[in-house]
Amino acid sequence: MSQQKNLKSGSRIREWFKSVKIFKLRRRHINRSLPLNFNLTGRILHWLMATLILSTMFIGLGMMTSLSSRPWLIDLHIPIGVAILFLCILRFVNRIMNPIPALPSDMPKIEKKMAHFMHWVMYAFMFALPITGWGQLSAGGFQAKLSQNIILPSLIDQNPVLYAWLHDIHRGLAWSLFFIVVGHLSIALLHALVMKDGIFSSMTWGKDKIKKETKRPSA
Amino acid sequence: MDKQKIKSKKAIIPLVCIGVLAAGLVLIFAWSAGLLGNRTTTASFLKDIPNSFPAGYRRAHSKGICFEGTFRSTGKLAPFSKATVFSQDSSAVLGRFSIGTVDPFAADNSTRTVSMAMMISSENNQQWRMKLNNHPFFVTHDALGVIRRSDAYKIDSTTGKPNPALVSAFLKDYPEAQNFIDWADKAPWVNSFAVAEYNVINAFYLIDSKGNKHAVRWSMRPHAPFSAWSKEEREHASHDFLFDDLKQRLDKGALYWDLVMTFAEPGDEIENPSKAWPANRRQIVAGVLEIKRVFDQTEGGCRDINFDPTKVPAGIEVSKDPVLTARAGIYAHSYNARVREIGYGKATDAIGKKETSKDK
Ligand code: HEM
Ligand code: HEM
Ligand code: HEM
Repeated sequence: MSQQKNLKSGSRIREWFKSVKIFKLRRRHINRSLPLNFNLTGRILHWLMATLILSTMFIGLGMMTSLSSRPWLIDLHIPIGVAILFLCILRFVNRIMNPIPALPSDMPKIEKKMAHFMHWVMYAFMFALPITGWGQLSAGGFQAKLSQNIILPSLIDQNPVLYAWLHDIHRGLAWSLFFIVVGHLSIALLHALVMKDGIFSSMTWGKDKIKKETKRPSA
Repeated sequence: MDKQKIKSKKAIIPLVCIGVLAAGLVLIFAWSAGLLGNRTTTASFLKDIPNSFPAGYRRAHSKGICFEGTFRSTGKLAPFSKATVFSQDSSAVLGRFSIGTVDPFAADNSTRTVSMAMMISSENNQQWRMKLNNHPFFVTHDALGVIRRSDAYKIDSTTGKPNPALVSAFLKDYPEAQNFIDWADKAPWVNSFAVAEYNVINAFYLIDSKGNKHAVRWSMRPHAPFSAWSKEEREHASHDFLFDDLKQRLDKGALYWDLVMTFAEPGDEIENPSKAWPANRRQIVAGVLEIKRVFDQTEGGCRDINFDPTKVPAGIEVSKDPVLTARAGIYAHSYNARVREIGYGKATDAIGKKETSKDK
């Protein structure tokens, strides 16, 4: 029963994946006892993407302010951002296909809900930022260039109304995500340095026991 | 329970560290966004644009007209740049003529600056955007000088004139600005868009198929013979003289410009736009621009385009010319401001709202 609960977030989508034949192979993982760490793919993607997102965020600010560096900064911002889009999709699939560590049993229910909710919010941001970035380029008649010769197709036709909205949404999302990440990072460090409850090590290579593990009644 | 750990004494040091880290990140973010300290950013260049500025118009060179044309390559530049625009026969061009004032309703005899902007689209989805002026060189060697200049020449409300102390302080830091002042004193005022030579002013690199870089600047050299206003003609010129003249000329036939590429030689200052290269530098005619049609910017077309000169095709690279790199950001801000006004329905005159509201 408790396992069911811990798997709750994304469970409907997972059910759907389970119903798809080619994903059946992965299914057996789901009913195993919960792991202590996010799976390797998840951890690698988390830290890789954290680096990329923070970099491209400051690159974005830099290219809107710098007198000397906009041309090369925007040439970095776009490919890094598009890489985030693809990694985010990969990470999402990996996330819903695999069990994730349980949160400590003595963590209040509302906090657990909040934690999961914020994680999905971050997924939404990681997806929406590149889409609005790419969309605003198209709506402004610009090209989404990965390199001088690799140019992505336009997502939409040039259109000032969409440009206005997509530009402002991209900016709003980027700025909000920054504050979400600062909060996320502070809470993560709180768990690592103060509470030492295994939440931080679930995203690293440590094997700190999550309290849940010992106390969980067998299903 | 874990919560108690936060309140324990042992937690103080880590909590302070986390707080400092989070606050530090926020401060770095604010500084990077230009919100902290008085760092000059590309947005600073638009600080003097009043809120009452007519919505939807460019924050400079606001009065303009769109054109459509064709660029026909001579093929002579293909050995120096792998850009497809130089190897293929012809490429489509969308562009804009403008006069160099901030006021979209200015009279055509109110400025000596006439400009051409365009985007040449060529094979492999390549775009080449550029903005050119009839000045042979820029006022200052860097972009900061432009802010220094406009601050120095601000009209002092008590004297009705710029403060001479500020002006001489500016000229002391930017002595090269005197060249521009002298040029503006002497150079004739062209009396037609068709007869002006437009210069890109900043330097770029051509990249050939072996990867060699060639520092260049280019100009659009008119086929129409040069002509200029006398002082009296200029004073009596009609409000839209230059735009009317352009339409009349195009009624009679197409207009042509050669794209003349000038190659730097060792020792020439690549990154200083206030210094023209010597006149005897090697020049190659890359192709000919033909313009057959102009149309009002309220119709769209050139209106919603940012002719950002740093958007160059494969085979051309931007140099580190500080005025060029700064313009990339400055133009983005002007573009964002005006297109958002149009997008959010604030623009009226800029999109010709007076006429279209009747049609609805
Ligand atoms: C997670 C990924 C991304 C993040 C965190 C991000 C972040 C940012 C930030 C912080 C800014 C500056 C906003 C401002 O202060 O005005 C910005 C602007 C921008 N970003 Fe992104 N971005 C991402 C992905 C992308 C992608 C994939 C593209 C394009 C394919 C893109 C295109 C742009 C453009 C065109 C601008 C505005 C440039 C202008 O106004 O001239 N971004 N982004
Ligand atoms: C750079 C500093 C960061 C640190 C120290 C950090 C730390 C952590 C930790 C310890 C977890 C596991 C927490 C748990 O299970 O509740 C986690 C999960 C997560 N983090 Fe981060 N993180 C950072 C940056 C980011 C960034 C930039 C993003 C993306 C916007 C992000 C998105 C996520 C998501 C979505 C999860 C949930 C697990 C998953 O589905 O992959 N993190 N993070
Ligand atoms: C730091 C110096 C400069 C500043 C602050 C500046 C500012 C501006 C601004 C705000 C616009 C309106 C852009 C838009 O909304 O799309 C503009 C347009 C223009 N500028 Fe500059 N500019 C500078 C240097 C130059 C130089 C060196 C040239 C010549 C090579 C130039 C040529 C033009 C042209 C031709 C236009 C009209 C573009 C069009 O029709 O779309 N500018 N400038």
